[in-house]
Amino acid sequence: MATTDMKTTVRPEGAGAPAASSGRPKEPKPAGTPKAARSHLARRIRENLIAYAFLGAGLVVFAAFSWYPIVRGWLLGFQQVTFAQPAQWVGLDNFRRLFDDPLFVTAWQNTAWFTALALVFGFAAPLATAVVLNEFRSARGYLRMTVYLPVMLPPIVTMLLWRWFYDPGPGLFNSALEALHLPAQQWLESENLAMVSLVLVSTWANMGTTTLIYLAALGGIPGQLYEAAELDGASIRQRLWHVTLPQMRFILMITLLLQVLGTMQVFIEPYILTGGGPNDATVTVLLLLFRYAFVYSDFGLASAMSMVLFVVLGLFSLVYLRLTRSKG
Amino acid sequence: MSDTAERTLIAPSELNRRTGKFLYRFVLTTTLIGFTVVFVFPLYWMASGALKSSRELADPSPTLFPGSFHPEAYTEAWTNTGLGKHFLNTLILALGAWLIQLIIDVAAAYALSKLRPVLGNIVLGMMLATLMLPVSALLVPTYLTVTDVPLIHLNLINTPWAIWLPAAANAFNIFILKRFFDQIPQELMDSARIDGAGPVRVLVSVILPLSRPVLAVVSIFAVVGVWKDFLWPLIVLPDPAKQPITVALSRLSEFLPANQLLAGMVIASIPLLVLFLIFQRHIIAGLTAGSLKG
Repeated sequence: MATTDMKTTVRPEGAGAPAASSGRPKEPKPAGTPKAARSHLARRIRENLIAYAFLGAGLVVFAAFSWYPIVRGWLLGFQQVTFAQPAQWVGLDNFRRLFDDPLFVTAWQNTAWFTALALVFGFAAPLATAVVLNEFRSARGYLRMTVYLPVMLPPIVTMLLWRWFYDPGPGLFNSALEALHLPAQQWLESENLAMVSLVLVSTWANMGTTTLIYLAALGGIPGQLYEAAELDGASIRQRLWHVTLPQMRFILMITLLLQVLGTMQVFIEPYILTGGGPNDATVTVLLLLFRYAFVYSDFGLASAMSMVLFVVLGLFSLVYLRLTRSKG
Repeated sequence: MSDTAERTLIAPSELNRRTGKFLYRFVLTTTLIGFTVVFVFPLYWMASGALKSSRELADPSPTLFPGSFHPEAYTEAWTNTGLGKHFLNTLILALGAWLIQLIIDVAAAYALSKLRPVLGNIVLGMMLATLMLPVSALLVPTYLTVTDVPLIHLNLINTPWAIWLPAAANAFNIFILKRFFDQIPQELMDSARIDGAGPVRVLVSVILPLSRPVLAVVSIFAVVGVWKDFLWPLIVLPDPAKQPITVALSRLSEFLPANQLLAGMVIASIPLLVLFLIFQRHIIAGLTAGSLKG
C-alpha cells in the first residue's frame, strides 16, 4: 500500500508544480468569498500533496526499516519465531529461558567490566590527548590526523591486525616484550588479560573521534578566561581544573553517556579476537544476542535479550541525565 | 592583546621561559614520536607485512623491513582469492547506499524544512526519536523485516537492497540536512518561485548549490559507513559471492596465507584512507556538527 501510495503522489508533482508556483504570488491573501476560500483550500491541499511527494520515500523507508521494527521488536520478545512456521505467542517463556541461561549473567558481568575498563582508558586518553594537542603551536594538524587514522580503518581490518599483534607466536607485542627482556603475555588466551586486550584495541580504534570533538570544544573556550585566571594567580593545574574542565562540562557529560551506550553494545572485538573465550570470559551481551539469533536461529530469545538491553540502556540514560541535570 | 585568539591553557609568557621552552620541546617531540609509533606504525606494519614471504612472517623475531619483496601477495589476494570481486561488491554497496540516501533524505529534509506539510513536525520528531534507540536492540526485528518486507512480502536477503534501504532510514542525515536547509533564507526561494520555478526546480537550482558543504558531509558519512560496516552485511548477505570485502576478510581469515590476508586488509583500507586525506576538513566538520551544536 505504501509504495503505490507513493507512486500516485509522485506522478502529478512534476505536472502540478509549475501551476502551483505560478498561481502563488498572484493571490497574496484569500478574499472572504466562498469561491476564494475553496481555491485557498485547494491550494493548501495541492501544496501538501507536493510536500508529501517529496517526503514519501523517506516515510516508506522509515516506516519499513525503523518504526515497524521498533514496534515489532517489543512483540517478538513474547513470541516464538522460526522460519518454518508463523510466529506463536508464548508469553514470558523467552524471558524465563533467557534468565535461566547461565551465560546471561556472565555476559552482563563481562559487558559491565568492558564498559568500566573502556571508561578508564577511553575517557581519559582522548581528553588528555586533546588538552595536550591544543597547547601545541605546530604539528597540530599532523597529530590530529594520526589520532583519527584508526577511525577510518574498517573495524574488521583493525581486529584482524590486532589479532596478529596479539599472536603468541610471531606477534608484534610479544616480540617487542622479548626484545625488552620482559615476559611474554597471553594477550587473548588468559582469562584475566583477554578483556583488557579487547579494551586496548577498542580505545585505539575509537579515541580519534572523541579527541577531535574535545579539540573543537577546547578551541571554543575564550582566551580571556585563562588570562583572568592567570591574573588571579592561578597555576596551570588550577586553570585546567577551574577553567578548562568546567567549560567542557557539557560536552564531557554527553560524550561520557554516548561512550557508555556505545561500549555496552560491544560486538566485533570479542567476535573476531576471542570468539567469547577463553572460558566465556569475553562473552558480551551483543555477542550472546548474535549467537541466539544467528547461530541458534532463536529469534524470540534474542528479542527478549534485545528488550533487556534496551531497558537497561534506557534506564541508565534516564538516571544519568537526571543526576547530571540536578547537579547543574 | 593581539594573541587572545590563540590563547590556550598555558600562557605564551610561560612557554617563553627557559624551562617552559625546554618542556614544550620535550613534550612535543615525545608526542610526535609516540603518536607516529602508536597510530601510523601499525599501518606500515600491515602494508609491509603483506610484502614479506610467508616464512618471514612466521618468524618469531619480526623484521622492520621485508627481507625480500613479494608484492605478488597483493595480486594473488586480488585475483586468485577473489578479493577483487568483494572489493567491487563493497564499491557497489557503498555507491548505491550513497545515491539512495542522498535522494531520499535530501527530498525528505527539503519537504520538512521548506515545504512544511501538515504533521511535518510530528514526522520529524518520529524520525529523530529513532536516534535515541540503541541500534543493536533493533538488529533482530530489522533483520526479520528484511527477510519479509511488510505488505509486499519481498525477501531482500542476498540483495543489495538489504543494505541500501535500511541505510536510507537515517535520522542523522535528515537532522543535519534539515538544519542546513533551515538556514537558507526564504526570500531566495520566493524569488525563484516568482520567476516561475516549481519545487523541484527550487531544490535543484537554489537549495542544492548552496548546500554543498552539508551534502559533502552526508556523502562521506554514507560511503564510509557502508564501507566499514561488518555486522549488518554479515547477516543479510550470507551468500559468499555477494559479500563485501569486510565480511569476506573475516570469512577467509582462517584459511588465507598471512601475507595475502594482510594484502586484503590493505586493499580494504586504502579507499577510506584516501577519502580521509582528501576530505579531512569535511569529516572533522561533520563530527563536530553532530556533537557540539546538536
